[in-house]
Amino acid sequence: MPSPTIPHFLVHSPKDNVGVVVVEGLRAGTKMKGVITETDTPITGKANHDIPVGHKVALKDMKKGDTIIKYGEDIGKVVADFKKGDHVHVHNHKTKRW
Amino acid sequence: MAITAAKKRGSPAKHSNLHFTGWRRENGRVGVRNHVIILPLDDLSNSVCEAVANNIKGTMAIPHAYGRLQFGKDLDLHFRTLIGTGSNPNVAAVVVVGIEDGWTKRVVDGIAKTGKPVVGFGIEGHGDIATIAKASYKAKEFVQWASELKREECGIADLWVSTKCGESDTTTGLSSCPTVGNMYDKLIPKGIYGVFGETSEITGAEHICRERAINKSVADKWYKMWKAYQEEVIEAHKDGDLSESQPTKGNIAGGLSSIEEKALGNLEKIGRRCRYIDALDAAEAPAKGAGLYYMDTSSAAAECVTLMAAGGWVVHTFPTGQGNVIGNPIVPVIKISGNPKTLRTMPEHIDVDVTGVLRRDQTLDTAGDALIDMIIRTCNGRLTAAEALGHREFSMTKLYRSA
Repeated sequence: MPSPTIPHFLVHSPKDNVGVVVVEGLRAGTKMKGVITETDTPITGKANHDIPVGHKVALKDMKKGDTIIKYGEDIGKVVADFKKGDHVHVHNHKTKRW
Repeated sequence: MAITAAKKRGSPAKHSNLHFTGWRRENGRVGVRNHVIILPLDDLSNSVCEAVANNIKGTMAIPHAYGRLQFGKDLDLHFRTLIGTGSNPNVAAVVVVGIEDGWTKRVVDGIAKTGKPVVGFGIEGHGDIATIAKASYKAKEFVQWASELKREECGIADLWVSTKCGESDTTTGLSSCPTVGNMYDKLIPKGIYGVFGETSEITGAEHICRERAINKSVADKWYKMWKAYQEEVIEAHKDGDLSESQPTKGNIAGGLSSIEEKALGNLEKIGRRCRYIDALDAAEAPAKGAGLYYMDTSSAAAECVTLMAAGGWVVHTFPTGQGNVIGNPIVPVIKISGNPKTLRTMPEHIDVDVTGVLRRDQTLDTAGDALIDMIIRTCNGRLTAAEALGHREFSMTKLYRSA
């Protein structure tokens, strides 16, 4: 049952403020199709950066000190401001544990 | 036929009559491999063991790094790991070799409780060459005996399936880990024994893991283990920031950027409905009957799989994102990956491809069925990618420096 459209990114929970890029070679400027897997609902976005497969994309603008939510859970804090569509990784996200 | 059945969508009834073929051992446990192993008590005995395995085809030496001047809990774990490895039902018979007779006998006596053939040789007073000769005669006798043992058909409830993931990335949390979780949700109710571990890697999801215990006393036992690991291992030895060790460099390359994110993906392996019924010490055999267990292990792949095999588990399910290549000498390690780049660049390491989950053309239900099908095929004799590629990582867990 091949899907007519392969998503560019997936989001675990409707509470999440980041998604995961699931295709190789995603380029800045791409209009992205996504799916929130928990609810099987479509979501769209636009990539501001080239984002490698498996890396996260911001679903909203966030400020330093804000909490990043994935799986509907706290996965750490923002350490540098970013915009919706930006690449979210170790340069702007860090654990609260160590 | 089994493949066709597994690909059909749907009804839980299809998991009600699952069978596999294996070797029923003297103690009633069932193995899916029929190894005769040459097991060193200590690092000094590796050479003799490797010479014996070279002499006698069909046997396998399991060299390792430790076994001298250990004491206390560290020594207990050493013996538990060796005895558990020899006792694993994937092992038909064992030749133990040690530098001296006393501790060698302790391992032999431990394995002998299973009823399987086991014999030990000490090197001191004889030298390598005479020991190799004596041990080789016994190894030949054992391997010819084992080669005539027959597989028999067994119900799924005779199966013990462990799990641990490695070189995780964000795709493991989306695809390969929940595939294992789906398998456990289907097979734990059918009476299998499951186990997960990786104590440091639950950090960030400990509140969820604690709630998945069967009752408060098991939850408290688990939490004490997790807290002890935090205090005695992580806090006691960290020099600032663990951010490149947990998550690892490989995890980070794969898109994970915090331990919390890694832990939440990791815990997807225990499914939606399973509850763990006990929290085991490292390499401890379960004693509360069929169900899901927790084992207190590090998150290093070879150490963890070695401990789970020593606890008695006979087949391992290993989700990977970036492409961990681990195997084990006695337990087949089934690799599951949903990362399209890994399937493109190193497909020879992957047994179950779940990239369809990310493309949304495969559901977790069908991915779980595909894994169950691969578990049965592996039990029935299919070599895993790791077995075919010769991966036999056996790593003893060391708790502290030797005396």
